[in-house]
Amino acid sequence: MRVEQISVFLENKAGRLSEVTGILAEAAINIRALSLADTSDFGILRLIVNDNVKAVEALKQRGFTVGKTDVVAVEVDDRPGGLHRILHFLYKANVNVEYMYAFVQQSGDNAVIIFRFDNLDEAVRVLMENGVKVIAGEQLYAM
Amino acid sequence: MIYNIEFETLPREALEAIQLRRLQATVQRVYATVPFYRKQFDEAGISPGDIRALKDLQRLPFTTKQDLRDNYPFGMFAVPMDNVVRIHASSGTTGKPTVVGYTARDIDTWSELMARALVAGGASRGDIIHNAYGYGLFTGGLGIHYGAERLGASVIPISGGNTKRQILIMKDFGPTILTCTPSYALHLAEVAAENGIGFEDLKFKSGIFGAEPWSQNMRDEIERKLHLNAIDIYGLSEVIGPGVSIECLEAKSGLHIFEDHFIPEVIDPQTGEVLPYGEMGELVFTSITKEAFPIIRYRTRDVTSLNADPCICGRTHVRMHRVTGRTDDMLIIRGVNVFPSQIESVLMEMRWVEPHYQLVVDRVDNLDILTVMVEVGEQTFSDEVRKLQDLEKKISKNIKEYLGVSAKVTLVEPKSIPRSEGKAQRVIDKRKF
Repeated sequence: MRVEQISVFLENKAGRLSEVTGILAEAAINIRALSLADTSDFGILRLIVNDNVKAVEALKQRGFTVGKTDVVAVEVDDRPGGLHRILHFLYKANVNVEYMYAFVQQSGDNAVIIFRFDNLDEAVRVLMENGVKVIAGEQLYAM
Repeated sequence: MIYNIEFETLPREALEAIQLRRLQATVQRVYATVPFYRKQFDEAGISPGDIRALKDLQRLPFTTKQDLRDNYPFGMFAVPMDNVVRIHASSGTTGKPTVVGYTARDIDTWSELMARALVAGGASRGDIIHNAYGYGLFTGGLGIHYGAERLGASVIPISGGNTKRQILIMKDFGPTILTCTPSYALHLAEVAAENGIGFEDLKFKSGIFGAEPWSQNMRDEIERKLHLNAIDIYGLSEVIGPGVSIECLEAKSGLHIFEDHFIPEVIDPQTGEVLPYGEMGELVFTSITKEAFPIIRYRTRDVTSLNADPCICGRTHVRMHRVTGRTDDMLIIRGVNVFPSQIESVLMEMRWVEPHYQLVVDRVDNLDILTVMVEVGEQTFSDEVRKLQDLEKKISKNIKEYLGVSAKVTLVEPKSIPRSEGKAQRVIDKRKF
């Protein structure tokens, strides 16, 4: 039930982000979702792509520091209170969200949100127990 | 004014006679009491009896910082610990400091030399001395302090830091002499201005500034902003501490070396050959009166030249040009000695940190700012901002604990620190001296 995300360390300098997107474009990799966290001197680019192995290889070859992290893709009802319902279950179960961002595609009528939890297994258990749909990796990369 | 008229204005011939006698006694004593020197002299095939004239000093081997490190902590002491009344230390290149000791008579000598230095810089008995050099293992604070007391001036042992309180005391106590690093002097002026206090309303006549390199431009700026005479003082703990040499108020042109206690030489740092007066090279000192920690031909790594021209102040002691650089990679940041290799040790100890780093030193608002750029590798990288920020803080904290200097740590991409000819450029010093 895990989704693999890759993350890239970026200095806060002009052109660094486009360098990454350029490398991925050259390697014919499709970016499915991304989020950029930044501070005054560095940033962390987090990506869900359709081919992790190829993406990591291409970026490393060009000298980037690349990490891999397991995250969870969750279907969220696209209506008021949809996200709140999910966060509430997690809060009750004492699971913390480290960060989250939205996926580009919808799953049917529902939105998809990528979560990074402090306790991934517990989070997945709580969500499934409460009937929330968690999307598997292969399914997500192909969406 | 001159504190010790007799010794500071000795005719050269008489001075050199005293130097030779004291040198011979020192060489004999270190040969007899310090195994390191005995071995050095034996290996060079020279015995104390061979020193018949001052120029024979050139036959003795040099002493380096590495030698002091190899004899850490007390191996270079020439008296039993029973006779050592004070120990000071300065930072070394591998974390181990350079340790020096003083007998009661050494402290007496040092106090006399600092009293001479204060007077050369414009101080006298009636002055109030605001001493903002750090007190502690560093020789700056206590060195000035003892000299001020010897002179009979009133000393305020304020030490470093807490700038706002310093300004308050300057305003209320009315000190007339300021002693601190030149960069801290400018910082004081700025903080005073921010608090609505101008130095023109304070009572300072002279400032005696040292422990870090500075320039004529900086002197002009200090004199303009602080409304005082800015005097350059030089010293290093291995020789005695502050009070090895000082500019005179009259000429402000070169620092008189107290030659009745130290013999200076300037050498070619490559060949070790002694250079004539006027030529730039590495400054080398031999102490000729110290008891606990005598030092023979110590290579300071400071670059300067010597000038034997008569001075308008009447002192007959040679003058050294203000120090213009180093022959090694030591940096002086806010008066603290920093070797790039020390930063490297800190990074290496945190095993998961990449040992690729670069130091950038700049002077912002007259304070030295050290930035340490560290490359982020796979081991250190995290997808969470907080973890990387914690890493920056941890490195910064370790540098502070290990070296006593504050540093800003910036994480950079791998291979972004330029590697030239296989060797990284470790230091970028943007300060202008």
